[in-house]
Amino acid sequence: MTNFGFKISNTRVIHLDECKMELVRKLYKEEPSFKRCISCGACAATCSARQFTDFNIRKLHTLFRRAQYEGVQQALKACMLCGKCTLVCPRGVNLRSLIIHMRKILFEANKK
Amino acid sequence: MSNYFSPFVLPFLIGVIALITICIIKYIRWYKQFNRVQKTLLLKNILSWKFLSAIWETVWEALFHRKVFKRNFLLGYMHSSIALGWFLLILVGAVETELAVNGPKPFWTGIFYRYFIHDPQAFKHAAFFAHLMDFILLYVLSGVILAYIKSIYSRLFGMKKTSKHVVFDRFTKFSLWLIFPLRLLSESFTATLYNNGGFLTQGLGDMINYTVADVLEIPAWTLYSFALGTFFVAMPFSRYMHIFTEVILIFLRKWGLSENEQVSGFTMYELSACSRCGICIDNCPLYKDLQLQGVQSIYFLRDLRYKRPKEEIADNCLMCNRCMAECPVGLDLMTIRRQMRNKKELDTESNYKYIDNLQAFNSIGRVVYFAGCMSHLTPGIVDAMLNIFDKVNQKYWFMDKDKTICCGRPLWQQGFSIQASELRRKNTQLIKQSGVNMLVTSCPICYQSFKKEYNLPIQVMHHTEYIHGLIKSGQLKVRKDDLKVVYHDPCELGRGCGIYQAPRQILKSITTLLKTKNEKDKSLCCGYNLGNTVISLEQQTKIRNAAMDSLLSKHPDLIVTACPRYKKSFQRATDCNVKDIAELVKENMIL
Repeated sequence: MTNFGFKISNTRVIHLDECKMELVRKLYKEEPSFKRCISCGACAATCSARQFTDFNIRKLHTLFRRAQYEGVQQALKACMLCGKCTLVCPRGVNLRSLIIHMRKILFEANKK
Repeated sequence: MSNYFSPFVLPFLIGVIALITICIIKYIRWYKQFNRVQKTLLLKNILSWKFLSAIWETVWEALFHRKVFKRNFLLGYMHSSIALGWFLLILVGAVETELAVNGPKPFWTGIFYRYFIHDPQAFKHAAFFAHLMDFILLYVLSGVILAYIKSIYSRLFGMKKTSKHVVFDRFTKFSLWLIFPLRLLSESFTATLYNNGGFLTQGLGDMINYTVADVLEIPAWTLYSFALGTFFVAMPFSRYMHIFTEVILIFLRKWGLSENEQVSGFTMYELSACSRCGICIDNCPLYKDLQLQGVQSIYFLRDLRYKRPKEEIADNCLMCNRCMAECPVGLDLMTIRRQMRNKKELDTESNYKYIDNLQAFNSIGRVVYFAGCMSHLTPGIVDAMLNIFDKVNQKYWFMDKDKTICCGRPLWQQGFSIQASELRRKNTQLIKQSGVNMLVTSCPICYQSFKKEYNLPIQVMHHTEYIHGLIKSGQLKVRKDDLKVVYHDPCELGRGCGIYQAPRQILKSITTLLKTKNEKDKSLCCGYNLGNTVISLEQQTKIRNAAMDSLLSKHPDLIVTACPRYKKSFQRATDCNVKDIAELVKENMIL
């Protein structure tokens, strides 16, 4: 098959009963501006780390919002915290704070 | 000896002994917390001539309070009258005692001189000394009266908001305020009985009934001694610990010691050297524009000292350096703030493998241009810089043209020092491999990082410095136009690195530069600074608007800045043109 640089994702099922929504709620509480996010992807488009690798901040916070935490913690460590995403966000989401909080929350959850 | 003892001396004596013991214990404990580098520096420099300049600074700053005088005359007078005045009372009192009493005498004789030495002609110039001591006491009392007034109406002293002290501090302050009126009272009583006072105490003493003075003399001296004793015992645990610690800190700094990445003994000295004067509060944009309280350096340091720091307070700081520029003690507030942001558990191995493959470009004889992440959001600045390089036939290597590695400062400021050092290592490696001998950057954040946190063997310049050099040497010719502009000093470039003149010189050769109220080290933060992750966009906007209003009040044709972040945040909010200094130069180059 020709490689177009992207592929169609496999079908996935999110079991809402099994999701740990409390982490998401905690994130909304810590960083309320995240509620305004419309997932437009401006953050990922401008991202410095994105120029090198498949790091995708929009994907990561969307996964987090859906309580799909697997792999997010490790992936977030690729962020250089330069703040371009925060500056371009049309909804005024404080992405730097969001990223630090996501890392904190996931770290604490995995520690237990 | 027994001639110079009375039971009322005891509270004072106990106070002094407690004070000295506690201070010595504390100072030794903090000394032990010094790291090896600090200890070596201390031992190396302790016998050098640097102590002379330390003494000079102590007299000017710790006694005379020159920096506070510069800020506001009344405030400076208040501080210096209590500090210098009290010091003189002790010093002149000691000289007076020495002249009056031959042979051994206890050290407190000078403190209670009038009570123990009744003879107004005890020595040749005794009368002169009595008047002098009264004059000094009056000087101190005027300071205490001003301090009372300040607690009621601080605006008179140029302070909108004064510090809110903990109960223990207020108690200690009260005992300090009592000392000098009580001294006046007891000396006046004694003057009534023995006519040994100066113009002030004798004048007051003559108004007092002899019987009253006879009854109240001992109680007054006892109260005076109690006030002294209470203050001395409370001092090491209150904000007044700064009295001695500030002096020690001045010496430590002269001996080359400074703050470290980690909390060290030096931090402990700095925490106690904060006098909680509250000058930082008015200057903090978080108070000035947002009325946030409890996050300013004064409260942050206090909470740290009493070991109850709150994480969100450490994070809630714009790192604009404003408080540090105004701090009369010159504390390294930003470093202490950063030490507390230490993200111990999160700051482990990172995931920056992707930068490993980046290759350096062999660019011997070129300059390396590092635009910085933010400049990529303001392509005008990058474009202007590249144009200028071309114009002066300077070959360059655009280091972060397609792939930007962050300089690491944003991570570092937030307390991720291990991860930041990984980025620094890679950038350093790239720069060293490329063989360049000069780095030019357009971003003040990167500039400060390259200048201070990297240890690069090459020259590092912000583009304002670089362009200024070109214009000065005649390589770049610019035409004068008739615009009236205001310049905004970015926090990181101005207060951070002290670059004030280069941009002003450039602007003067191109336009008419208007003076603004908040310039140079008084420049206002744009609110979009990378230092703070706590405040919301709405709050940032408020801070930005305040900075903007201050600039626009001069009705300029153009606002010029040297920071991409500031340009970006500002452009959105005003109809007035906002340009980076590089863009302005590009437009006015003579082809």
